[in-house]
Amino acid sequence: MNRSHRHGAGSGCLGTMEVKSKFGAEFRRFSLERSKPGKFEEFYGLLQHVHKIPNVDVLVGYADIHGDLLPINNDDNYHKAVSTANPLLRIFIQKKEEADYSAFGTDTLIKKKNVLTNVLRPDNHRKKPHIVISMPQDFRPVSSIIDVDILPETHRRVRLYKYGTEKPLGFYIRDGSSVRVTPHGLEKVPGIFISRLVPGGLAQSTGLLAVNDEVLEVNGIEVSGKSLDQVTDMMIANSRNLIITVRPANQRNNVIRNSRTSGSSGQSTDNSLPGYPQQIEPSFEPEDEDSDEDDIIIEDNGVPQQIPKAVRNTESLESLTQIELSFESGQNGFIPSNEVSLAPLASGTNAEFETRAPDQKLLEEDGTIITL
Amino acid sequence: MGAKQWQSLEAALGWVGCACANALASLQTVEHGFPNQPSALAFDPELRIMAIGTRSGAVKIYGAPGVEFTGLHRDAATVTQMHFLPGQGRLLTLLDDSSLHLWEVVHHNGCAHLEEALHHQPPSRPGFDGASGLPSLARITVVLLVAAGDLAALGTEGGSVFFLDVPTLTLLEGQTLGPDEVLRSVPDDYRCGKALGPVESLQGHLRDPTKILIGYSRGLLVIWNRAARCADRIFLGNQQLESVCWERSGRTLVSSHSDGSYAVWATDAGDSPTTQPTVATTPYGPFPCKAISKILWRNCASGEHFIVFSGGMPRASYGDRHCVSVLQAETLVTLDFTSRVIDFFTVHSTRPEDDFDEPQALAVLLEEELVVLDLQTPGWPAVPAPYLAPLHSSAITCSAHVANVPAKLWARIVSAGEQQNPQPASGASSWPITGGRNLAQEPTQRGLLLTGHEDGTVRFWDASGVALRPLYKLSTAGLFQTDCEHADSLAQAAEDDWPPFRKVGCFDPYSDDPRLGVQKVALCKYTAQMVVAGTAGQVLVLELSDEPSDQAVGVASVDLLQDREGFTWKGHERLSPRTGPLPWPAGFQPRALVQCLPPAAVTAVTLHAEWGLVAFGTSHGFGLFDYLRRSPVLARCTLHPNDSLAMEGPLSRVKSLKKSLRQSFRRIRKSRVSGKKRLTAGSKEANAQLAEQASPHDVEVTPVQRRIEPRSADDSLSGVVRCLYFADTFLRDAAHHGPTMWAGTNSGSVFAYALEVPAAAANSDRRPERAVEAVLGKEVQLMHRAPVVAVAVLDGRGRPLPEPYEASRDLAQAPDMQGGHAVLIASEEQFKVFTLPKVSAKTKFKLTAHEGCRVRKVALATFASVACEDYAETCLACLTNLGDVHVFSVPGLRPQVHYACIRKEDISGIASCVFTRHGQGFYLISPSEFERFSLSARNITEPLCSLDISWPRDAMRARPRESPKLSQANGTPGVVLGPQSRGGSPDPTRSEGADTPEPPEATLSPTSVDSATSADTTLDTTGDVTVEDVKDFLG
Repeated sequence: MNRSHRHGAGSGCLGTMEVKSKFGAEFRRFSLERSKPGKFEEFYGLLQHVHKIPNVDVLVGYADIHGDLLPINNDDNYHKAVSTANPLLRIFIQKKEEADYSAFGTDTLIKKKNVLTNVLRPDNHRKKPHIVISMPQDFRPVSSIIDVDILPETHRRVRLYKYGTEKPLGFYIRDGSSVRVTPHGLEKVPGIFISRLVPGGLAQSTGLLAVNDEVLEVNGIEVSGKSLDQVTDMMIANSRNLIITVRPANQRNNVIRNSRTSGSSGQSTDNSLPGYPQQIEPSFEPEDEDSDEDDIIIEDNGVPQQIPKAVRNTESLESLTQIELSFESGQNGFIPSNEVSLAPLASGTNAEFETRAPDQKLLEEDGTIITL
Repeated sequence: MGAKQWQSLEAALGWVGCACANALASLQTVEHGFPNQPSALAFDPELRIMAIGTRSGAVKIYGAPGVEFTGLHRDAATVTQMHFLPGQGRLLTLLDDSSLHLWEVVHHNGCAHLEEALHHQPPSRPGFDGASGLPSLARITVVLLVAAGDLAALGTEGGSVFFLDVPTLTLLEGQTLGPDEVLRSVPDDYRCGKALGPVESLQGHLRDPTKILIGYSRGLLVIWNRAARCADRIFLGNQQLESVCWERSGRTLVSSHSDGSYAVWATDAGDSPTTQPTVATTPYGPFPCKAISKILWRNCASGEHFIVFSGGMPRASYGDRHCVSVLQAETLVTLDFTSRVIDFFTVHSTRPEDDFDEPQALAVLLEEELVVLDLQTPGWPAVPAPYLAPLHSSAITCSAHVANVPAKLWARIVSAGEQQNPQPASGASSWPITGGRNLAQEPTQRGLLLTGHEDGTVRFWDASGVALRPLYKLSTAGLFQTDCEHADSLAQAAEDDWPPFRKVGCFDPYSDDPRLGVQKVALCKYTAQMVVAGTAGQVLVLELSDEPSDQAVGVASVDLLQDREGFTWKGHERLSPRTGPLPWPAGFQPRALVQCLPPAAVTAVTLHAEWGLVAFGTSHGFGLFDYLRRSPVLARCTLHPNDSLAMEGPLSRVKSLKKSLRQSFRRIRKSRVSGKKRLTAGSKEANAQLAEQASPHDVEVTPVQRRIEPRSADDSLSGVVRCLYFADTFLRDAAHHGPTMWAGTNSGSVFAYALEVPAAAANSDRRPERAVEAVLGKEVQLMHRAPVVAVAVLDGRGRPLPEPYEASRDLAQAPDMQGGHAVLIASEEQFKVFTLPKVSAKTKFKLTAHEGCRVRKVALATFASVACEDYAETCLACLTNLGDVHVFSVPGLRPQVHYACIRKEDISGIASCVFTRHGQGFYLISPSEFERFSLSARNITEPLCSLDISWPRDAMRARPRESPKLSQANGTPGVVLGPQSRGGSPDPTRSEGADTPEPPEATLSPTSVDSATSADTTLDTTGDVTVEDVKDFLG
């Protein structure tokens, strides 16, 4: 994040890192040495200690920079959590027996309001017990085949989750022509094809797309009649949540759906991960639950009158909680209020921002926490 | 109340029904400027109208200002010749594919239009006239209309003369005159086995239509009597012939030749055949001269005839000049033009009963402009043209439109322009081409088109009507010391007094210094203040003054890099301003100069005269300047630290093809800008770059292949500031509104600053002692990172905020400051409306995701209803990279309608597009022509005119009418509206009553927008959108 170096000083000292840990309705704050975070075991013990739950088995999760709730259960992901925390590390603790695995995964803190409330209020959302096959909650989906039930067998609709991964999408498209069966016989029609997969890219790593697959739709919009440049622009515009319907060049790996018609639920053919039932849309629609909601907005919150206004505007305590959480999450590289200067600018050209003292910010945060 | 309800209903229904059809209509309406690549010229002395044909097959007829007709041949072939059928409003055109076309000006409901009536394609060589066995009509070289235009003589390359019945465009068989027939009357020693060559000239006798003067390339001149089928007289010229002119009495001939000489022959003296001319001279001899391609002889009552000819310059010394010489008695003027001479004609008496031509004016069509000289005023001054202005006299670099210009400012600009170009006192020197009547009403409002040019000038054009008239020219070059001064060319002109050159015309494409180029222009029409920003980061604030003055200009420089490390600017130097008091003529005079550092081209500029602020942006950042106190307020760097290209840091080894290509082009461009070492350093570097791309790392197997990758923060040029905007709105909280400034960048960032502008003292425009303050209020990073094209704030009623001073001077409805404001952010990929002061997404439309096209230009335009006088809606008009214009409701962002407007290949046309506030727009269809289009059915500027034509309307009327083409010259397809469907309303503002013209839906057929709408219908149900979008970081 480009601003971090300028405002690094504002987000606390460089050496230590603030940790805010939540268990049930309780918050604990403490600090960690950023350079020496230690082992996961020690951290786990520390958490049990600060929350005074020495003998309770818990699941530890944290909010990553994208607002996703990700688990901490070994040294690696613990170190990852510490290194990416900015400005503070937000920890969520659930009792293992009450744990809601569906809370983990992509975009959980941003999108899934119900999921979020699950995390916050584990006790009021106990409807669907989860079948835990393995530990999918440790991973993030990168792709899925969707709408298998409504598409012809020769087609495949692939969803690529670019969001949250560092990998490039990694594919190229080209013009070409394909032969279609029409009432008038075989016809050659222009089409768009995948021309190249970048080694190590998202597209290649999923194994769901291949060179010479014909692109039929992009996020629900047919590409026939559109130029290569238009399709390129459409794909880039949808790149954070790209859903491509292709006709694979290799038709041998197609899903055989005889079993499906016989009434089986057919989950086995569905590549997407269990635990995300709400993401498998039975009838696909090009709705954007993707990027745009994630526009980062940094507001000048220096005017104190805004606090009562915020309370007035929020209908329930719940939504207020949500707002507060996303504020603290530091997601998307957002740098809180000290980004914004209240100091009047000198008339000179060197406009320097006066950063607010960090303790003032802490006070404010604590103030809003009290309203919880 | 009723109207308000209606409006909200419209908004709710998303323009279902009548409003859509009535308020919106799209089409190209008129072309402004000078036709690109003219190739032929014709003049009808009876109707006093002029026609210009172009190499793309366009035909344009001009009369009095506002009288214009346009036609386009079906084949985009060069128009080689055009001839008016005098007084009939008909025009015979010859294309270079040897096809003949007859055009007619026809009237529909009182308005005249140009339509192609007939065309004739002579069959190719074999078998055309097998019966007569004559040589084929291979290539027509000349055309002559005889017998009041009923008959045309066609001279061909083979030396034959064919005759054509014009009303039917059929060849008259059996009348053809072959070269053999002529040779029979020629003495044997002249014949000597050689062919006569192509027919070079055909001339008719003013009083005796049976006589035709035929000039052959070899030099033979024959006066042919068509009735008697014999040669009346023969002149045995031996010099290769270029052109012949027959004096009106018929007693004298003048022929011009390829060696730069002309010869005068007497027709009534001596024997036939005549072997020697009475006079033969080489005007620019004795050294070898170039050919005189056309010559005219015009006699006067004073006895001193005019000889006007083109070419004939000494080959070695002035062979590259484009000259027309005018000779009367002892007076010779060599008109020296900057572009090639296409053709010329004189405006003179053509009544047969007159004894003298008495030429009034000489009109010369050049490749790039039309020049008219007044031949009756001593000194033959040039007559300012009321239209056909060469827009591109220096290349257009930007343009802007100002609507509803107050009458006072208009008068001041006009007067400043008149002081620049003092009009000749005598009334005689008026524009000689006066045919037709302009039926269009006086425009209800004044529209000003500003064009910025490469040479640092800004030209002001009257864009209120059909004729784009130059008003005033502002030059900013005088403020700076440029590399080369004009002095040398003047000195050169002074040292030679032979030939007597006279520079004519204003086409001058050579710029002294490319840094002077104007990039952005903004004008406040209420205070007559403007800002002109250029290529070298110069931002000039000017104010209109009616008096000349001497003053020094305050210079400030603003470092947009701030303290960014590791940056070295490798581009051009900044311009060095002249110091000390400088004389400024009446007109716009500079008040302050801001120079950006580094001196990159200014990419965005905006002016708020009420607050005395100007904001400007470059590829490095943006700044705010208080020009009343002459002090910088703010500078902000927008460079991304990873942007190695913008930072000019060491080149990274691994980079995308796109990036490195861009880089090489940038380097090439840069080296060109710096000028000197273009070939050595620049191209070597570029070649190295290109070679690097050819390495296996990035070799593409398929030539057309596109990479699919989201934009990242490190993309190059992400810091370019794309738009700047001032608004009085709610940024801090919902209770207090105040001045704000918004800036959008190439990487999808929007910065909003709250401004503290101290109130100016009541009667003074001087700022009190306090400085303007700017505080960063909000920062929005669009996740899709597409460049931000425009930002606009909408008031509580969803209307855009008025311009500065507009509300305070009661010229616009005051904005609604009660309801919540919203900000519309248009990126290249999508439009979004966010609430204010708490920025949360309200509505959006993802254009690229749905249509695969990208936004190039947007504007908020007011569309007035045709059906209801005082009903208007504001819509967002958007031009895409495919050349389509889309219209969206505001703030609902629902697609209303879209049209194909510009060809998608026409990149410069798309880049040059400007929208007006009332739903019109301009774009360049060629370097010299603006096409005007109108999205509004109410507000249309198109030629509405009539011609008094007289010709027997007999059986011609029954002929099936062929579909006319009313498209523009370079063949941009688009919505072509037949003249018929609009003919019903000579008055575009008439709107009430039963005879309201039908909206031309049928011909327009706007593409259905249903598919696009359905995808986004969920957006307006605000419930979940607001919840999911909320990122409220209120403390």
